[in-house]
Amino acid sequence: MSTATPLGLALADRRLPGGQIGLWLGALVIVLLLPLLFNSPVAVTIMNQMGISIVFALSYNMLLGQGGMLSFGHAVFFGLGGFMAMHVINIIEFEELYIPLPVVPFIGGLFGMGFAIIVGSFSTRRAGTVFAMISLGVGELVAACSIIFVAFFGGEEGISGDRTMGPPVFGYEFLTEIEVYYLTAVVVFVTALLMYLFSRTPAGRMANAVRDNDERAEFVGYSQRMVRFISFVASGFFAGAAGGLFAINYEILTEENLNLVTSGGVLLMAYIGGIGFFIGPIVGAILLTLLQTVLSNHTELWQLYVGILFVLTVMYVPRGLTGLIMMHGIAFKTRRLGLLIVPYLKVGMPLAVALFGFVTLLEAGHVANAGIVGHTEFHWLGTVFDIGNMGIWALGLVCLLAGGYGTWHQSSQVREAWHAANDMTAGEGTS
Amino acid sequence: MTVAALELDGVRKNFGLTEIIRGVDLAIEKGERHAIIGPNGAGKSTLFHLISGKYDKTEGRIRLNGEDVTDLPPYEINRRGLSRSFQITNIFPRLSVFENIRCGLLWSQQYRYCFWKLVDNQRDLNDRAMAVLEEIGLADRAETPAGVLTYAEQRGLEIGITIAGGAGVIMLDEPTAGMSHSETEQAVELIRRVTVGKTLVMVEHDMGVVFNLADRISVLVYGEIIATDTPANIRANKAVQEAYLGVTDDAVEGVA
Repeated sequence: MSTATPLGLALADRRLPGGQIGLWLGALVIVLLLPLLFNSPVAVTIMNQMGISIVFALSYNMLLGQGGMLSFGHAVFFGLGGFMAMHVINIIEFEELYIPLPVVPFIGGLFGMGFAIIVGSFSTRRAGTVFAMISLGVGELVAACSIIFVAFFGGEEGISGDRTMGPPVFGYEFLTEIEVYYLTAVVVFVTALLMYLFSRTPAGRMANAVRDNDERAEFVGYSQRMVRFISFVASGFFAGAAGGLFAINYEILTEENLNLVTSGGVLLMAYIGGIGFFIGPIVGAILLTLLQTVLSNHTELWQLYVGILFVLTVMYVPRGLTGLIMMHGIAFKTRRLGLLIVPYLKVGMPLAVALFGFVTLLEAGHVANAGIVGHTEFHWLGTVFDIGNMGIWALGLVCLLAGGYGTWHQSSQVREAWHAANDMTAGEGTS
Repeated sequence: MTVAALELDGVRKNFGLTEIIRGVDLAIEKGERHAIIGPNGAGKSTLFHLISGKYDKTEGRIRLNGEDVTDLPPYEINRRGLSRSFQITNIFPRLSVFENIRCGLLWSQQYRYCFWKLVDNQRDLNDRAMAVLEEIGLADRAETPAGVLTYAEQRGLEIGITIAGGAGVIMLDEPTAGMSHSETEQAVELIRRVTVGKTLVMVEHDMGVVFNLADRISVLVYGEIIATDTPANIRANKAVQEAYLGVTDDAVEGVA
């Protein structure tokens, strides 16, 4: 996070510490090696989708986390960048233009940025409700336009193309998923780094200041509107670039890519991951892409689970999953993380039982509710459950209640262990 | 004749039908430490908001170093060399103490809306921010989020943000409000130190602080300045005594 500089750096020389450069290089190496570990076509496809989501969610967090702007229409810039990229891919094919494919996402970015300049010119006057409402309105407007302006949006079937018709880059024509993976990985790395660096510039720092206190920012010489506008335009660029990556990966863009569902999805990613941390949206994008691709294969209720996850995050972990991990920083530094393991296991087991009961009941209820004749079974944990068997319902209920009670019963122990692990004075007075 | 640092000419402010500031004329010379006192509800803070651009003026002109700033937004006025603090602590709570000061410095150090330089690489900028932190005695709290500082520390930080940019005209709105005696003494020393060679305009309720710091005092009652003079003359002024100074606390509450 922006403010999390270690104490030792309080001196004037605050240049990017070596540890951070190492972190970025490490991330690059991991990203480039991942396909060796996960090399099935499905895995590569999922990782490509993750990359797209990461850029999109990071660009969203330039608004929400960094700038305090809650947008309900961010998919507009993603979608418009994607449509433009798709058109560019088609122009490359039919006009035989010499534009290498890795450049295409950035052209999409420029288009998203251009539209962000127009929208931002009137939407960034204020943050808060006004900004949120305008973003919602623009989102609806553009989604509606996408059905009307067929020449650009291709109507209901959208527009499609062929990414492989451009000039080869170092001999690659991007015929296979793995080649696209490396293209995506490089673009994700470059854009993520640029977004991080932006947050460390005067404009980026003042975005945080305006988020915290827009009035005060005006009294140190900054127009809150201009500060927001700059973040908004930059965010539009990166959202458009994410859209361009989408165009390359899927070779089709439809209205779905710029409507409110996509706008809501990126909000969930950023929020569940943790909007207060730079890596929060990355965590959220990876997790939600996994849920979206893997979980959706197993249950029709996956969106319900994502919704429950979101509500729980808002209620109990407002700093997101990254915040949940970062909370353990003190215990980790004082080497007292061990104190927490046993209590976590003790509470984790009944929690898992409760979760099992909960999911069993939900899935059984779903099958019963659908009421399709002859369809009374569902698969869960490698077992077939039949809702005709009353025992299933009883098992679910008992697990939920017993697990819930056990969790509640053990939670006081976790609380005590937590205090012990985070007590700054412990270990000093006793010696 | 030299140009006044700050000059108010028939400034009025109405909220609906209510007249809050009813024609204020005031000229504050460069290098002067000027205090504005008056009972609660006299319009002192409103006057500050008018001068610093937070509120629009209903009537009248305001000049900063001879330049008309009446209709400028706060950030434009700040860029022309006027910086203010707030009665209610107004900082960037989630940024570190260091970052708070650095944000106060960025514009005055010509960084503007720059998005191609990294702040952490600007040695001069960071040296200056550290120097301000030393000045306000918060150097050891540099990396603490400003929102978790104690009240007195936050008041100090508030002054730090205000003076960081090196503005020629400093306006402090009740800088010692809510402080203990020892904290007040420290704050007064701090204010005295950091405003050397600058123009200071302050609203203050603590008469000890006012008579200790100010070169001249203006008394604001019901949106009008009834007297502007040296501390000694203000003390002796009959109208001021009647309106404000001599009366008991209870009576002051009654006026408010």
